[in-house]
Amino acid sequence: MSKELIRLRDLTMEFDGERILDGINLYINDHEFLTLLGPSGCGKTTTLRIIGGFLTPTSGTVTFDGETINDVPPYKRQINTVFQRYALFPHLDVYDNVAFGLKVNKVPKDEIDARVREMLEIVSLKGYENRRIDALSGGQQQRVAIARALVNRPKVLLLDEPLGALDLRLRKDMQNELKRIQQAMGITFIYVTHDQEEALSMSDTIVVMDKGRIQQIGKPEDIYNEPKNAFVADFIGESNILDGVMMEDYRVKFFGRVFQCVDKGFAPNEPVDVVIRPEDIDIVPVSEGHLVGTVTSITFKGLNYDIIVEFKGFKWLIQTTDFHAVGSTIGIRLNPEDIHIMHKSAYSGMFGDYSSYSAEYDELTEDAGNEED
Amino acid sequence: MKKTKSVLLSAPYLAWMVVFTLVPLGVVAYYALTDPATGVFTLGNLRNLGMYLPVLWNSIAYSLVSAFICLLLGYPVAYYIAHCRQTAQKFLYMLVMLPMCMSFLLRTLAWVGLLQDTGIINTMLAKIGLPRLRLIRTPAAVVLGMVYNYLPYMILPLYATLMKIDRRLIEAAEDLGCTPVQTFCKVVFPLSMPGILSGMTMVFVPAVSTFYISQKLGGTDTVLIGDVIERQFKQGNNPNLGAALSLVLMLLVFVCTGIMNRFGGGEEEVVV
Repeated sequence: MSKELIRLRDLTMEFDGERILDGINLYINDHEFLTLLGPSGCGKTTTLRIIGGFLTPTSGTVTFDGETINDVPPYKRQINTVFQRYALFPHLDVYDNVAFGLKVNKVPKDEIDARVREMLEIVSLKGYENRRIDALSGGQQQRVAIARALVNRPKVLLLDEPLGALDLRLRKDMQNELKRIQQAMGITFIYVTHDQEEALSMSDTIVVMDKGRIQQIGKPEDIYNEPKNAFVADFIGESNILDGVMMEDYRVKFFGRVFQCVDKGFAPNEPVDVVIRPEDIDIVPVSEGHLVGTVTSITFKGLNYDIIVEFKGFKWLIQTTDFHAVGSTIGIRLNPEDIHIMHKSAYSGMFGDYSSYSAEYDELTEDAGNEED
Repeated sequence: MKKTKSVLLSAPYLAWMVVFTLVPLGVVAYYALTDPATGVFTLGNLRNLGMYLPVLWNSIAYSLVSAFICLLLGYPVAYYIAHCRQTAQKFLYMLVMLPMCMSFLLRTLAWVGLLQDTGIINTMLAKIGLPRLRLIRTPAAVVLGMVYNYLPYMILPLYATLMKIDRRLIEAAEDLGCTPVQTFCKVVFPLSMPGILSGMTMVFVPAVSTFYISQKLGGTDTVLIGDVIERQFKQGNNPNLGAALSLVLMLLVFVCTGIMNRFGGGEEEVVV
């Protein structure tokens, strides 16, 4: 692929003795759309701010195009930022906000004018040049913030939860818009979000973070299909995570039964975490089932029903388009490719049990991410 | 129902305003527009005002100079306090407020003790063999007195405005290529404009009408409009002229604050 642009080596960050980042190693390629994804307090914004130059890491190095830039102040970096809640200048109108960086860098007046107008056209804000910032809607302010950063033609654009304050519909539109702009301008995007769906749909590479550490780096498909540990499996999408034992390559035992799977390379009889995605489970008549369980709750989600099924005291989430009454007994089949095996980790046993499942589950996890500073 | 309640609640203040502000204002206007001897309506008092124009300009000049010096001295202080840690901020804020807890008269008299010909400074100079300086009864002494007394009124609104400026705006400016100096000129300073205007007004208004500072620290060439007004009521025994001068001064203050508000683009009203 394209060449490496930024590298973070053994990055740690401490505030008042508290470790916020703990050994971050990461490289970012030119033209890449890379997303730092994780829950509130995972260190993703701190990582972004170190790349932007607003924080100096406690230890470790940041290199840009082969040069160490730890102590280079933000104004000397070829990096621009779209800040959380935009940070637009309230004393300037739309035009002057966008022209700000060009004026500071003494770009000729004619060129400033041409570039600002071109940029406003790209973000669909033509005709808003002389509007005051507080007379714009959230979505418009957001686009001014993007224009203000991109007009400087930075090598890298940092985006800190840029869509967090927008409503769902606008957020979806802006996701497409951002991806389009990124591809059209060929700029590296480093994007911070706690929204896994946003990360999956926009990124070339996703970096999943938690507790100041990188949990997994990979393409969206790989992160979703091959999560490395229980945290990633739970944070990206929904997962049923069970204790199992890897008998040998391609054979895993859980719930007292041996299943065929597609994973190998584990030690004989190694205890493992077994991930089964709720949408991969096939519901079959009881007589044909690998396992038989009882439906304990059902929630209509629009696209599908979320049903909770109890198997031998352990509750699973299953997504199905068919209605199953509470109390009914169903059978399920698991195909080898539906079963994903992970090594045990510090996160084992913390996620993937739907015993306390309720309809508010999704909303709770969404809200938790919004508190990040 | 709701409306009558709020009227009732604000009644004590409204009554206070009427009795102690509006009525006295009416009295001032009455005196200003009546003849001292006959008590009939006249514009004669106002006709004499031309005489006092130089004194009026003097007052405005002294007050403006003092306000600018306060701004130059106060801005860095306010900026520093606004960027300190929370606990340090509280302490420094208190230090700024501290002189205001002392009597204004006492503070000015203390300067007399320092500056007068046989005062502390001159005694010290004489002791180390230097010639005595004429410190008191100079324009500089008057400006010094004004700056010293009114500096907190500049620092406090500036501090309040600087505190409110979003950190991320400063980061955004740095991100877009501003050096620290450019960040200050292009973002911090324009955004602190309401505080500057408010501070200027809070220094200018009391300074332009003061008489005590100029009487204690000034000489015969530093008579201010406040002195003249005071004299009309005390020695001159011409309250009608005094009232006319007061009225003009008040109008002048209104005009000045109006102009300052206009400068601020009307975004945030200056608090007087």
